[in-house]
Formats: sequence, structure tokens, C-alpha cells
Amino acid sequence: MAETETKQPILTIRGLVVETIIGVRLVDRIDVTLQRGEVLGLIGESGAGKSTIGLAAMCYARAGCRIAGGVVDIDGSDVRMLDAAGRRDVRGRRIAYIAQSAAAAFNPAHTIMDQVCEGPVQHGLMNRTEAEAWARELFRALDLPDPDNFGNKYPHQASGGQLQRAMSAMAMSCRPDILVLDEPTTALDVTTQIEVLILLKRLIREYNTAALYITHDLAVVAQVADRIKVLRHGKEVEEGTTSDVLHAPKQEYTAKLVAVRGAAASERASPATVTDKTILTVADCHASYGIVKVIDGVSLDVKHGETVAVVGESGSGKSTLARVITGLLPPTAGAITFKGATLPKALKQRSKDLKRQIQLVYQIPDVALNPRQTLHDIIGRPVQFYYGRSGNDVTDRVAELLRLVELPENYMFRKSTQLSGGQKQRICIARALAAEPDLIILDEPTSALDPLVAEEILKLLKRLQEELGLAYILITHDLDVVHRIAHRTAVMLKGQFVAFEDTETIFRGPYHPYTEKLVKAVPEMRIDWLDEALERKRVREAAEKTDSAKVA
Amino acid sequence: MLIFGHKPTISAWIGLAIIALNLGVALFGPLIAPYSESQSVGGTWEAMSPSMLLGTDQIGRDMLTRLIYGARMTIGIALVTTCISFFIGITLGFTAAVLGSWVDMALSRLVDIVLSIPLLIFALIILGVFGSSIPVLILTIAVLDSTRVFRLARALGMNLAVLEFVEAAKLRGEGTWWLISREILPNAAAPLFSEFGLRFCFNFLFVAALSFLGLGVQPPYADWGGMVRENAAAINFGLLAPIWPAVAISMLTVGVNLVVDWLLSIDARPSGAQAEL
Repeated sequence: MAETETKQPILTIRGLVVETIIGVRLVDRIDVTLQRGEVLGLIGESGAGKSTIGLAAMCYARAGCRIAGGVVDIDGSDVRMLDAAGRRDVRGRRIAYIAQSAAAAFNPAHTIMDQVCEGPVQHGLMNRTEAEAWARELFRALDLPDPDNFGNKYPHQASGGQLQRAMSAMAMSCRPDILVLDEPTTALDVTTQIEVLILLKRLIREYNTAALYITHDLAVVAQVADRIKVLRHGKEVEEGTTSDVLHAPKQEYTAKLVAVRGAAASERASPATVTDKTILTVADCHASYGIVKVIDGVSLDVKHGETVAVVGESGSGKSTLARVITGLLPPTAGAITFKGATLPKALKQRSKDLKRQIQLVYQIPDVALNPRQTLHDIIGRPVQFYYGRSGNDVTDRVAELLRLVELPENYMFRKSTQLSGGQKQRICIARALAAEPDLIILDEPTSALDPLVAEEILKLLKRLQEELGLAYILITHDLDVVHRIAHRTAVMLKGQFVAFEDTETIFRGPYHPYTEKLVKAVPEMRIDWLDEALERKRVREAAEKTDSAKVA
Repeated sequence: MLIFGHKPTISAWIGLAIIALNLGVALFGPLIAPYSESQSVGGTWEAMSPSMLLGTDQIGRDMLTRLIYGARMTIGIALVTTCISFFIGITLGFTAAVLGSWVDMALSRLVDIVLSIPLLIFALIILGVFGSSIPVLILTIAVLDSTRVFRLARALGMNLAVLEFVEAAKLRGEGTWWLISREILPNAAAPLFSEFGLRFCFNFLFVAALSFLGLGVQPPYADWGGMVRENAAAINFGLLAPIWPAVAISMLTVGVNLVVDWLLSIDARPSGAQAEL
């Protein structure tokens, strides 16, 4: 794609080994070569060593880890041989890093301009005035609002997407040769994600920068990378050009990763489970946090054995809806009917049996389970609490529930900290099932999980619905998931439903403009998808311009 | 050897040894003391000798014996006080954190009022009014100290109470006591335990200070703070007598602090899921 004057790679990593100080190998003999203007995608599940490699490219290891072997060669000089001052000189100037959570990477006490200019001024590349001029140019290139004054803002005054772009500007401020992008869009909404992706791609092209793009999302990496390296447990699975990896994966693991995305297209929720008995009705519900109105007239109904999905961007009020139904946030107006009877608004007014019948599964299983309790205590407590069982009765039931969520019984006396993310989510589901509820509210049940693990959890949820006739309210921003398990879908925007229909109908169109924006923003596993999205955006903006011109 | 699943550092071992020594002396005092607590065995401020290893005090009692009995009284009072203060402070602090709204408001303002009055003066007033018996002493210090524990427990509880596993328990319909004792307390144990060490030191010094002022433990019972005061005049003659109880007080304080420092450093170190993030 870009001109390559010399064939000399800008970054060469050979035989990289990173270990923890007690000798556990995190990265095992990895080789990376990167030419100018080239983007290499590093892909793998969490714990695959992607970020560790990204940091090692800057010759940096996280606390508790060390680079135990290998060569890190940037433009002909081995960075590992340099002393601390030499490495400092390379970092930021030759190779720069963009982290996943921009909000956490900025210092809240300084303006964005101060932080973007710090690099070039510290490295003695520019004086402050030049650095500011360059920063404004970058802000403009990155499509930030009011680029001339954007730098005067403090981090909390910018949105997540803007901060992520500001961080890209910070990384570009020294005009580095290599960019390490560590999940730069993962924390963003789908609609923001595509904007940031487009700009990152343009940035890399314009300045002929080489980039390591780290992500767990194959569809995202397909848009930006020239080559893809698939990693697992710190070892390389395979490396190839993007189209080779997507269309002709050599290894079984890669094929599986690719297939997860493919499965969504064909799979549908089975209509067999749905009955015509309504279990929950929410009628014209309003709710607010203090004076901020979050839910503004929402009506919803769920039938026995049905999955109703609520989708929307973050801040659309979908999680608040879950809190209202569970009684954690009493609605300011509107009525909720459960099994034909009015549901008391506040949790305190609900009977023990009502509490039992509606269960909630959280997004992040790590904080949803008490780290000091054993699984037996966690799952056994609802059994004890709601059914007054004790002793062996509880143990038997816990074993049964563990089998139901496909975990070995002998896990019973482990603590949740000894489990993986997917296993923890299974425990959360088991805890909900222990109450033998009729309705489970799933708040982003798979978004904190790796794709293959998320796939298993979805399968489990589907199976449980078929076996137990559960009704689900699924709250998510992932349209893929919606496609696969929801019977009906509600699209939420600013506290209101813009659509509430059969999932099929929603996705077939014609769309509400907002639904369309959501649907079109989900990256597809095609190399040219981003360019098409870019084209669509250009056309839309041009149309908007002529519209406004007409009005004028 | 592991304590709390971690290997103590060298300084922590020194601290543990000092604490063990003091506890041993406090527990087995009457068995190892050469004389009885109030027995006069010599003249005023006699020098060290084989029969009286640390010499005698201002009325000729054996200094070592007094120190050993003093350990019992001083450590015992400080320990009981700290336990009561933690029970009150943790229970109320967590309750305030879990229930929030007006309960939190009422408890916090009450604590603010108590905190705004200087500790020592408050204690002097109460002891002045009720007289200085040991139960009054213990209760006074415990109640005053529990306000400090309340602040910590409330802050810890606030952070834990918003976590989803606590919310899950609330959704299940669990009562406040369950939330406090089963969901929050086990997760706040490490910082509370190190705070326990620190507060023990403060209470220990506070008892000593009150005794020094004459309002703490009353004669004939031995008490380290009181012993410093009783023997203070010996300094004028260049004698060692007041040094021994003072050394005992500082030794134990340093020992407990060494262990607390180590406990705090464990707590600060990320582990498990925290380290992955």
C-alpha cells in the first residue's frame, strides 16, 4: 500500500521471551517484523500475551514481569542493549503507545494540550509553540471538534471517543516510526468505534507509520491490518496476510475464531420456547437519577420462555431499565405488572418470593461474586435463603446446579478468584438459577468475555431456556448476540424505545435512522468493509450538507 | 512459614517476636515475676543487682516485677479497649455504608461532633466526672476511639457496598446484618486488621498517657505509663528507673508498627484479579 523506499524493516523482534519474576512464561519465542507503512494485527484471547508483546516492542515489561530473551530491534539498533536513558529516548520518539482506556491514561489535572505537547518538548524535538501548532494540526486531522481550542479542555470535558482520538494525537506528537495500538477501540461504542477506526487508518496511511494493532476482535483488525498474527497462550498460532487468515486459516484455532463471527449470520433464536402467556409488562415507565431523566416513557412486555433484547449505546438508559425492573431504582411514573399482579416499585416492598422470581446476571462476573466465598456458599445461599434447605440438601442442589451450567462438581469448594472469566459467568448464572426464577435479566452477560467463551455462554443460555422455559431480558450493545438469541428486540435511544419488534423485522429493515446507524456500525468480517462505511459516511455527510444548503 | 498466606519480612519477624514476648509476659506474668506486685523489697531507686535485675522503684518495689505486672494491665486494657472500639466502629460504620441516606447522615454527624472535641480533654472530662475505675477507663477510650474506626469502616464499606456482589445480595433480600458480616467484612478484613494494630498502639499510648497524668490505672496496680510518672523524679538524680517502663512502651509500639507496616504492604500489593487488571 504505502511506498517502501528500503526493504529494511523498521521493527524486528526475534525470539522474544517474557516471563514473570517467578518464571512463568507469558510470551514464548515470538518473532515480529514490521515494515514502514505496514500494519500488523496481533489477535488472541485475553491472556494470549498480545499486550505484553506490544509493551515489549517498546522494551518495557509490566511490574512483576521481565523480558527474558530475544532481540528488539528498532531501525537497526537493539533497544535491549540500551541503558535507561537510551530507552527513554526511543520511547515516545521512535515508538509510541495508545492504550485501551484513554480516560485512564490522561492525567485529569492537566489540559489535553499540555499532555499532547509534553512528548516533543521533553524529547527536544520542538519548542512549545511548534508543538502546539502540530498538536492542533493533529486534532484537525483526527476530526476533533473545534481543533484550535480543543487542547484547552481537561480530560473530563471530552467524551470517551474524543479522548481516544486525543490519545492518538499524543502518540503521534513526536512523529514516531512505530505505533503500538492496544485495543484502541474496545472501550468505545460501536458507532464511535468506527469513527476512531477510520481516523486511525487515515493517520497511519498519511504519515507512513508502521503499527502493531492489538485486539481480540477479528472483524476490527480485518479493517486495518495488512497482516495478522494469531496468538494463543503466549505462542504464535499462525501469521499470514489478512485475507489469508480470514478466508483460508491454516490452524484449527484460527478457523474457530473466524467461525464465531460467521455463526451469527445463520443462527436464530428458536421460536419453540415462546408461549403466549405474558410474564412481565412495563407500561409507560419513567425513571430518573435525581433531576436527570434516564428513562422516558418505556413500554415493554415479555412472555414466558421468550428473550427480549434491549439494545442501545452506553448512556441510552438500558441498564437503568434493568434496575427499575429489579426494584433497585423505583420508577417515578408508570406501572410494572408481573404475572398479572402489580409489582411493587421499590425492592423493600416486594415479598421474598417476588424477589426470588426475578434474578439479575451482571456484566462483569469478577465483581458480581464475593471473592471471599466458596462457590458452595455463593450458589448455596439462595437455596438456603429461599427454600430453607440446609446441610447435604444444599450441597446436593449446588452439585446439580454446577452440572447444569457445565462445571465440574468438585469446583464446589473453590473460590471464585480461582476461576476464569467464563467460568465465573457460569457461576453467576448458576446463582440466578438456584432461586428457580421465571425471569432472568441479563445485563451484558457476554461483553466482558472473549469471543469463544462468550459463544459458549450464549449456547448455555439458549439451552437453559429450552430446558427450563425461562424468560430473559437481554441488555446489550452487541447486535451479534441479539441476532442469535433474542426473539424480540427493543432499540433504545436517550431513554426511549425507537423500535420494539421481532428481531427479524428489526434487522430486515426498513430501519429507524438510529437502528440503521447501530446496525451499520458493527464491523463485518470483510477487508473492505471500513472503506464502504467511510464511503457511506461521506455520502451521508454530503447529503446533509446539501440539505442544510437547501434550507439556507 | 506463612502468615495470612504471605511470608513475613525480616522487620515483620522482629515485630512478631516483640509482640510474642510481650504477650507471653502478660499471660504468664505471675509465674515468671520474681516478687509480688506490691511487695517492697529494698530502698528507693536501688541500682541494678543480681537479685533485682532492673533495680527498685520510688518506694522500693522490684522494677522487673512491676514491669511484668504492668504488661498485663497496660496491654490488657489496650487490647480490650481496641476490641470494643472496633466492634462498635465496624458495626456502625458498615451499617452507615450499607443503609446510607438518613442513617448514614445521623451517624456521621454524631461522629463528627465527637471528633471535633480534642480526645484527651474529652477523656479527662469523662474520667473526672465518673472517677477513674478500670471499666470506666476502658469504655471511655473505646467509645472515643470507635469514632476513628467508624470513619475507616464507613469509607471501606462505601467502596464495597457499591460492588455488584453486595447488590446481588440486596436483590436476594438479605438483611443488613448478613450484608455487613458476610459480604463486606471478609473483604475489608486486611485493611481493618492493620488499622487494628495502629489503633492498639494509640490506645496503648493513650492509657499510658492518662496514667501518666494520674487519671489512668490507679495504684497499687502497676501500669507502664503510671510507672514513668511515679519514677519521673529519678531523672533529676541521673537514675535509670523511669527509662525501663518507657523502653517497654516504645518497644511494644515499634513492634506492633513493624507488623502493621508489613500487613499494609501486603494490602497495597496487587494480587489475583487485581494484578491481571
